Amino acid sequence: MEIAAPPLLEVQDLSVSFANTRAVDSISFRVEEGETLGLVGESGCGKSTTALALMRLLRDASLTGRAWLDGVDLIGLGEAEMRAMRGSQVGMIFQDPATALHPMVRVGEQVAEVLDAHLSLSRAETKARTVELFRKVGIAAPEQRIRAFPHELSGGMCQRVVIAMAISCGPRLLLADEPTTALDVTVQAQILDLLRGIAGQSRAGMVLITHDLGVVAGMADRVAVMYAGRIVESGPTDQIFAHPLHPYTAGLLASIPQLDSGWDEPVPTIPGSVQDKGAGSGCPFAPRCSLASMECRTAPPFLAAGGGRMVACWKAV
Amino acid sequence: MADALVEDVAIEAPRRLGPFKRFMRHRLAFFGVVIIAILLVGAALAPWLAPFDPDDIDIVNRYAPPASPGHWLGSDDLGRDVLSRLMFAGRISLSVGIAAMLVTVVVGFAVGASAAYHGGWVDAALMRFTDIMLCFPSVFLLLFVAAFVPPNLGSMALMIGLTCWMEIARIIYAQILTLKQTDFIAAARMVGAPAWRIIVRQILPNSMAPIFVAATLNTANAILLESYVSFLGYGIQPPEASWGNMLTNAQSAFQVDPWLAIFPGIAITLAVACFNFIGDGLRDALDPKVRD
Amino acid sequence: MADTLVEAIGVSRLYRANRNRVVRAVDHVDMKVGRGTTLGLVGESGSGKSTLGRTLVGLQTPSLGSVAFEGQDVAGASGSRLIRLRQQRQIVFQDPSGALNPRMTIGDTVVEHLRVQGWTRADARSRAQEVFEQAGLSRQFLPRYPHEISGGQRQRAVIARAISTDPAFIVADEPVSALDVSTRAQIMNLLRDLQASRGMTMLFISHDLSVVAHMCRQVAVMYLGRIVELAPRETLFRMPLHPYTMALLSAIPIPDPARERTRQRIALIGETPDPAAIPSGCRFHTRCLRATDICRHADPPMRQATSGHGFACHHPLEHLR
Repeated sequence: MEIAAPPLLEVQDLSVSFANTRAVDSISFRVEEGETLGLVGESGCGKSTTALALMRLLRDASLTGRAWLDGVDLIGLGEAEMRAMRGSQVGMIFQDPATALHPMVRVGEQVAEVLDAHLSLSRAETKARTVELFRKVGIAAPEQRIRAFPHELSGGMCQRVVIAMAISCGPRLLLADEPTTALDVTVQAQILDLLRGIAGQSRAGMVLITHDLGVVAGMADRVAVMYAGRIVESGPTDQIFAHPLHPYTAGLLASIPQLDSGWDEPVPTIPGSVQDKGAGSGCPFAPRCSLASMECRTAPPFLAAGGGRMVACWKAV
Repeated sequence: MADALVEDVAIEAPRRLGPFKRFMRHRLAFFGVVIIAILLVGAALAPWLAPFDPDDIDIVNRYAPPASPGHWLGSDDLGRDVLSRLMFAGRISLSVGIAAMLVTVVVGFAVGASAAYHGGWVDAALMRFTDIMLCFPSVFLLLFVAAFVPPNLGSMALMIGLTCWMEIARIIYAQILTLKQTDFIAAARMVGAPAWRIIVRQILPNSMAPIFVAATLNTANAILLESYVSFLGYGIQPPEASWGNMLTNAQSAFQVDPWLAIFPGIAITLAVACFNFIGDGLRDALDPKVRD
Repeated sequence: MADTLVEAIGVSRLYRANRNRVVRAVDHVDMKVGRGTTLGLVGESGSGKSTLGRTLVGLQTPSLGSVAFEGQDVAGASGSRLIRLRQQRQIVFQDPSGALNPRMTIGDTVVEHLRVQGWTRADARSRAQEVFEQAGLSRQFLPRYPHEISGGQRQRAVIARAISTDPAFIVADEPVSALDVSTRAQIMNLLRDLQASRGMTMLFISHDLSVVAHMCRQVAVMYLGRIVELAPRETLFRMPLHPYTMALLSAIPIPDPARERTRQRIALIGETPDPAAIPSGCRFHTRCLRATDICRHADPPMRQATSGHGFACHHPLEHLR
C-alpha cells in the first residue's frame, strides 16, 4: 500500500475576518507538488483575500485555521520567517503589472533585489541570473531590457518581469492572482503559455486565482469554486466542467456565452446578484438557487463526493 | 423579458460610519466645534450678555486686574471692561472672518470652475493670474490695499477675501479637471446640458467636501489677517474694538498690565486654532479614502 | 438591404500627446451601420474601438473626415437638427460607477438627462419610472444612490438613461466588461431584448468575441485604429480572412478543458505597437507570421471577398470549402 506523499500546500479551515465581516469562511484545500489548482469565483468571493492571507499580507485581519507549506505552518509563523518565505519558497504574481513594479527602479534591479534578499550571490552572478531569468520568461534582448523602467515596457512585458521575480529563487509554490486579467487577450494567451511552461518544468505547485473559467479550463489540474467566502465545490478540472455538482458551478458555467454556439438564444442567467447573501447561517447561495428548500437554512458541510471531489450542497446529486 | 425583470433587493450601503459620526470621533475637531460655538454665541449675544457697554470709560478703575469685582477679566487703560470689549470685538473679528471666507469661496469657485470647465486660453489666463496672485504675500498686499480703502467691516472682509481666494481656486480647478473626465459628465454634455447647469447640478455636489475644508481653514486665516492688519492700525479703527486692535493698545501698556494683551491673544489663538481643528476633522470625515 | 443610419467617412481621430508624439487613435475609417442592425466592434487595447464609438455617437468630433447621421453630415448641426441628434444618439458606458453621478439618485440622473432636453419635471419623472421598469429595476430603486446598489443594477440604470430619449442609435461601449460573470448574461439579455423590441441600431464595442457573437449579426475587427475585417457574424467566426482575426479567435480561452488542451493556437509575435508609432505598410506586419516584403511597405486597402465581407490584408487566409 502506498502512503500518499504529503501535499505541498494544505489549508484547513482557514477563516479571514475584517472587523465584523468574514471574508473567508472556513475553507480547506490542498495543492500537490507539480499541480495547478484553479481558485475560481466572482468579485467579493474571497479568492484574492485567501492568497493574501496565506502570505500574511493582510493588515487588520484576523486569521484562524491552519495552512502548511511543506510542513511549515504559515499562519503561526513569525514575521521574520514569513519574510524569508516570500519570494524564496513562495512566488507571487499579482493582477496589475503596472502597480506591481516600482515605477522608479529599473526592472533588472527589481529582480536582482529579490535574488539579493534570499540568495547570497556575487554582483556578477546576480546579473547573470537576472539576464537568464529574463530570457526564460521570453523577454527578447534581455541584456538591454534589464535597464528599462516599467513605464517603458508594455503590459505583457511588465507581467513577464513580475513572473521573473516570482520564479527567481526557485519557489515551491506560485500564487498567481488574476495574472492575465489586465492584459489583452492575445497577450494573455502568451503569458498563460509561459506560466504553463514554467509550472511544467519545475516541480512547483501553482494556485491560479481567476474569475475566468476559460483560463482555468486550460491551466488547472484541479479546481475549487468559491462563493461568498466559502469553497462550494472542488475536484479535477475535467469533472467539474463536465458534471458540476453545485448549482452555483452549474449556473456559472451555463451563463458563459459560448464562442461558437447558442448565438441567438438568451444566455442562461443566475437570478439576483453576488450581494444577495443568505441571512444568518444558511447556505449563502440559497437566495439565488432554484433548488433551495427549507434544509438550506442550515449551511451545508463541505463533504467528499467520490472521485476526489468535494461539494457543499444538500442538493448535490 | 421575465428574466430581465429581476426583483432585486438593493444592498445596504457599505457599513462605514457616516461623515457626521466620523467627524465626532475626531476629538480636537469636536473640541473646536464647542469652543467656536461658545465664541459665536458670546459674540452674537454680546449686546445682551456683556456686563458693560464696551465704550464705557471709567478712569477711576483703569488697569484693574482680572477677577476684580465687576470686571472678570479686568479693565483696560481707559477703564473699559475687557470682557465686554472682547465680546463685542468678537462680533467684528468673527464677522470679518466669516464674511471674508464667503468671498474667498465665491471668487475661488468662480475662477477655478471657469478655468477647469472651459479649458484653452481661459484656463491658461485664469490659472496664471491665480499663480501671480499667489506670489504676493497676503499681509503686504492687504496693507497696501488698506492704505487706500477706508477700513470697516465690509471693506475688510472684501479685501481679505480678494487676497485669499487662490487656494480654493486651485482646489476646485483640480477637482473639476478630474470630474471632467468622468462618463457622467460626458453623458450630460452629450445631451446638450449648458456649462452652468453641469457645474451647478453635477459638479458642485461632488466638490462640497474640499470646499468645506478649505472654507474652514480660510476662516481661520481670515481672522488672523484681520488681527494683523487691525493691530498695525490699518484695519478696524478704535474706538470700535476688534481683537487685533485691542492688542495695539495692549502693546504700549504691556509693562503695566500684561493681561490686556493676553486675553485678546487667547481669543485670537483659540478661534484660529479651533477653526483649524474643525477643518482637519472635516477633511478626515469627508475623505472617502481615509480608512475608519 | 437596410438603409444606412450612421456612417463614418474617412474618420480619423488624432491626439497630440506631446511635442513629438501624435497618437492616431482612429485612422481613416470608413464604416456604414444599417438601420436596425447590430454591429460589433472588436479589438484589443489601442485598437481605437472606443474612440470610434464615441465619435459616432457625438461625444467627440473627428479630427479628419466626417460622421453622417440619417444621410446628413453631423458637423455644424444646429437648432432642431442638433436637438434631434442629441436625442437620437445615446451611449451605454463601460464602467457603471463612473457613468453615474455619485451624488445624485439614479432616478434623478435619468430625470436630469431628460430635463436638459426640455422635458417637464412631471413628464421626466414618469418617463424615468417607465424606462427603469423596462431596464428591470422596480420603482423602489428610483431614490437610491449608485453606491447603494450592485454593479449590475447600476448598469441597468445607465441603460435606462440611454433609452429614456427613445434613441434610434445606441453605442454600447464594453457594457458588460466591468461586471461579474453571472451578471453579464443578465445585461446582455436585456440589451438584446431592448434592441429587438425597439428596433434600435446598436454598435456593440467589446474586446470579448464571445460576448459580441451573442449580441451582433455583423462584426468589425479593429487593429491600431483601422478596421481590418468586417463580415457577417457566421462568416467572421467560421471563415475569417485576416490573420489577426484568426489569432483573436484562437486566443480566447474556452471553458472546456478537453478543447483547451487540444486547440491550435495562432501565436503572435510580441505585442501591439505604440499607437503613436504605427508600423509602416500593413500595421499588423510586426506581429504577423505571414508577413512578407509587400506587407512591410504597402498598406493593404479594404477589399471585398464576397458582398458584405471586407478585409484589409495582402495574404488573407484560405479556407478549404
